[in-house]
Amino acid sequence: MKIYIPTPLRQYAGKKDSVDVHASTVNDALSKLTSTHPDLKRHLYTDDGKLRAFVNLYLNDEDVRYLSEKENTRVKEEDHLSIIPSIAGGQDQSKVLLHPITRWPDHPIIAGVRDSRN
Amino acid sequence: MLRISQTEYDSIRRHGEETYPHECCGVLLGSSDGQTRAVTKTVRCGNTRSDSPHNRYHISPQELVRVQRQAREAELEIVGFYHSHPDHPARWSQTDLAEAHWIGCSYVITSIERGQANITNSFLLAGELEENKHFEDEAVNVVAEVTAIANESTC
Repeated sequence: MKIYIPTPLRQYAGKKDSVDVHASTVNDALSKLTSTHPDLKRHLYTDDGKLRAFVNLYLNDEDVRYLSEKENTRVKEEDHLSIIPSIAGGQDQSKVLLHPITRWPDHPIIAGVRDSRN
Repeated sequence: MLRISQTEYDSIRRHGEETYPHECCGVLLGSSDGQTRAVTKTVRCGNTRSDSPHNRYHISPQELVRVQRQAREAELEIVGFYHSHPDHPARWSQTDLAEAHWIGCSYVITSIERGQANITNSFLLAGELEENKHFEDEAVNVVAEVTAIANESTC
């Protein structure tokens, strides 16, 4: 099967965008990937050996977390496994208004106030 | 440094205006030599944070799988991401840093002030691991046309 490597991790996978492995399950595929490219291990797993929480695994178009056998799901030679770090974020909770608020004439201020919506 | 065409630069700023007062988000595709990320195409994504879209964004990993497939077919790389800060400065937040995991990629933020795009800044997610990642300010070079550069297998 083919494992697609996200751009930040390719430097630890021989600069390849994908790695072919012979594997029986998702776990087996990851094990073979990190055996061949051991530098990947600390980027994918925590010190206690758990897959990092922000690492998403997609077997073809299915989220592995939602497959009944999860990482023990059996795979076929023609399957693709995508490693996708999550993308999220957002502004700070304390809100800084960008526009000046005029409290009285000729005294504009930039207000830094807590966002009451949070 | 981030190099981006005027057309794509305008597109991500317009995206932020269109989704105001909610945050927009998307992916930057192009090429990189490790020092410069050259953006030749941007892909708009949906913000799945329907619980708090005015100050949070999240791109569905399934959508990222699709975007990554598009990139491969076009022989492009994912070199960064963008989002907007409605009525908030174009600076990264602690949430942005905590939720950023594509080390070596650019994270572009546009402040949208009262519905109008204001400042656009870019930050490189530097470091080696989650434990020492950090954002660095990076220059944004807006040009008429971007040419691909030799990929170095990082963002």
